[in-house]
Amino acid sequence: MNEADQSNMEILRFTTAGSVDDGKSTLIGRLLYDSKSIFEDQLLAVEKSSETKGLDHVDLSLLTDGLKAEREQGITIDVAYRYFATPKRKFIIADTPGHIQYTRNMVTGASTANLALILIDARKGILEQTCRHAFIASLLKIPHIIICVNKMDLVDYDQKVYDDIVAEFRKFAAKLEVNDVHFVPISALKGDNVVDKSENMDWYGGSTLLYMLETIHIGSDQNHVDCRFPVQYVVRPHSDEYHDYRGYAGRIAGGVFKKGDDVLVLPSGFTSKIKSIDTFDGELENAFAPMSVTITLEDDIDISRGDMIVRPNNQPNVSQDIEVMLCWLNPKGPVPRAKYYVQHTSNEARAIIKDILYKVDINTLHRNEEDKDIKMNDITRVKLRTTNPLFFDSYRRNRNTGSIILVDESTNETVAAGMII
Amino acid sequence: MENYYLNNLKELEAESIYVLREVAAKFDKPALLFSGGKDSILVTHLARKAFFPAKIPFPLVHIDTGHNFPETIEFRDRLAKEIGANLIVGSVQKSIDEGKVKEETGFYASRNALQTVTLLDTIEEYKFDACLGGARRDEEKARAKERFFSHRDDFGQWDPKNQRPELWNLFNGKKSMGEHFRVFPISNWTEMDVWQYIKYEKIEIPSIYFTHKRKCIERDGSLLGYSEFLNLKPTEKIVEKQIRFRTIGDMTCTGAVESDASTMDDIINEVSVARETERGTRSDDKRSETAMEDRKKQGYF
Repeated sequence: MNEADQSNMEILRFTTAGSVDDGKSTLIGRLLYDSKSIFEDQLLAVEKSSETKGLDHVDLSLLTDGLKAEREQGITIDVAYRYFATPKRKFIIADTPGHIQYTRNMVTGASTANLALILIDARKGILEQTCRHAFIASLLKIPHIIICVNKMDLVDYDQKVYDDIVAEFRKFAAKLEVNDVHFVPISALKGDNVVDKSENMDWYGGSTLLYMLETIHIGSDQNHVDCRFPVQYVVRPHSDEYHDYRGYAGRIAGGVFKKGDDVLVLPSGFTSKIKSIDTFDGELENAFAPMSVTITLEDDIDISRGDMIVRPNNQPNVSQDIEVMLCWLNPKGPVPRAKYYVQHTSNEARAIIKDILYKVDINTLHRNEEDKDIKMNDITRVKLRTTNPLFFDSYRRNRNTGSIILVDESTNETVAAGMII
Repeated sequence: MENYYLNNLKELEAESIYVLREVAAKFDKPALLFSGGKDSILVTHLARKAFFPAKIPFPLVHIDTGHNFPETIEFRDRLAKEIGANLIVGSVQKSIDEGKVKEETGFYASRNALQTVTLLDTIEEYKFDACLGGARRDEEKARAKERFFSHRDDFGQWDPKNQRPELWNLFNGKKSMGEHFRVFPISNWTEMDVWQYIKYEKIEIPSIYFTHKRKCIERDGSLLGYSEFLNLKPTEKIVEKQIRFRTIGDMTCTGAVESDASTMDDIINEVSVARETERGTRSDDKRSETAMEDRKKQGYF
C-alpha cells in the first residue's frame, strides 16, 4: 500500500486523560508532530502565540485549545477532537480537560472511545485522579486501556519506579471491570517509547506507545451477536419506480442481519422476514453493526421511528422500569419528581427518577447510600420509570442499546448520561 | 467466523448517513447549506445515499455572495437538476440592495462576513430549523470544538463555552421556538478522507479543484485569482499561473496553490505531502487569530 493510500484502514477512537502537569498536551503534540499531522502554518501560529504569551518553549497545548477563552486562560474548557493517521490506522483523539467539569468531559469523550490513554507522572505515582480516570474508563466500558507512565527521564529511567506503579495499578484495577490493560514507560518530552523504542530503558521488552495504538485488536469491540435494528426513519419514495416501497432506515446497533432472516418488531411483536437490505450502492446479503442500511420486510406491518427490529429468538429487555448508572452533567441538579425526556437509540419517552440508590465516590469507589443530593459530575445509581417501554440491553453487553441521555423539559439541555445496568 | 469489519471510509460514511437521517426524522424543516465546495458536495452525496431510493427530503440552500467562481455556480445548478433537488438561493447582493448590510471597501474588501446576515435572513424567511453544513473538525481550531448537533439561539448565535454535552450517538435536537440547529454530518472526516472518498465514489467536483491556467495576483504570501471584484493595490501585478484551488470560497478571499494536479490521484498525492492546512489559503480566516470563532458565534457557517 502506498503511503498516500489511506482508504482501507481501521479507525481507532481514543480518549486521553491526565491533568495539566502530566504532559498530556506534550504527548498529543508529539503523536501529531511525529506522524506529520501538524501543518507548518499551525505550528507557526502556535509558535507566534507562545511568544506573545512570553513562553520560552512552544506550547503545543495551544494546538488543541481552540477557543478564545481557553487560550486566554490557558485551560481546556471542552472536549477537543484531533485527527492523525499513520500508514496502519486512522486515529480520532477525544482530548478531555483535566480540571474543571472533569467527570462530565471525560464521560463525554469516553462514550465513543475504543481505548483510553491514561497518563501517570512517574515521580508522583498513582494519584486520586488516576483512580478516577480508570474508574470512568471502566464505567463507560472502554474496551482497552493504556497506562502511560510518563516523565521516566525525571526518575532516571528507573525500572523499579515503573514496576511499582504497574503493580499498584493492577491492585487497584482488580476492583474495576477492565479487561485489556497495557502499560508503557515513556517520556513524552524526550520521545522515549512514544514512536521510537527508547535506548534508555533496555529493561523494557514491550512495544512503543504508537505500536500499541496501531495494533491493539479492535475488531471485536462491536457486538455482532445480538441483532438490534432501531428504526430511525421510514423511506417512502412515492415515485413511479418505487411506488409501494417502504424501507426502514437505521444504523445496526448490534448483530448481523441477513436477507431472509426471521425478524420480530418491537413493541408490536409482529413477525416477518427480511425481504431485502438496501443501500444506494445496491442490495446486500448481510449487514452488521455499525452499518447504516435500509431494510424492507416481506409483510406490510405498521412500523415507525423508535421501533426496533430484532430476531425472535434473541430479544432485548422490554420495560418501563430501568436501573442505570447516571452521570449528572448539568450545574443544576434534579428537583424531586422532575420529569425528563429520555433518549435511547431512536426511541424517546419521558421519565422520572423514582429512586436514588447510592452515589459513588469516584476516588475511593465507596458507595454512599445516605447522600441523595445529586450534583454536577456525580455518579449515582438510580431507578427510572418511563412513560413508554424501552427496548434495551445492559450497557455492559451493548453500548448502543444500553445508553441513554436525559434532557431537561424546560431548558432542553442534556443534563445526564446513563448506562443501563 | 466471518470478519465483520468496516474500513475507515465506510465507517465514516455510516456515521454521516446516521446523522443525516436523524436530522430528517427530528426536524420539521431542515436544509442543506450548499456552497459548491467539495465538503458540501460530499454531504449532498451522502444525503442521496441516506434516503435512497427516495430523493433528498430537504432543499439545498446556497448563500450567493455574487462573488462566487462562475464554475461553482454552473456546477451547483447542474447538480441540483441532476438529483432533482429543490435549490434555494439567498442573495448577498439583495441584502446589500435592501440596506441590511454595507459593502466593505478597500483592498481587502470581501463579502465573506456579509454572508452571515443573508444566511440568517434566509433561515428566518423559510423557517428552517436545522441547517446541515460540511464543516469538519480538522479544518480549524474553533471547529474542533463543534458538536454534530450545534444549538443556535434565536439570534442564530453559537455559545461555544456553553455547548450541550454530546454522548454516544444520542443527539439532542430539542429547542425553543425561533431557535435552530446547525448540524455537521462530516465532523469526523479529515481532508484526506474527503479526497479518498471522492475518488473511490467517483464523485464529480468543480473543475477549479484541478490544475488550470488563471490570471492571478500575489498578496500577503497568497495567490488570489484575479477578478473584477478584487481591488488591486498599485504595486500588484496580474500574472498568469498554473494553479488549482484546495478550498472554494469567494473569489476575493480564496487563495490558489501552484499545482499541476490534473487527476484525483495527483490531488491525493499533493494533499498527503502538503505542509500547510487547506484553510491556510483562506484570507478570511487570517483576519485575526480567532476569526473563525468570532464569525461562528455570530451565526456563520
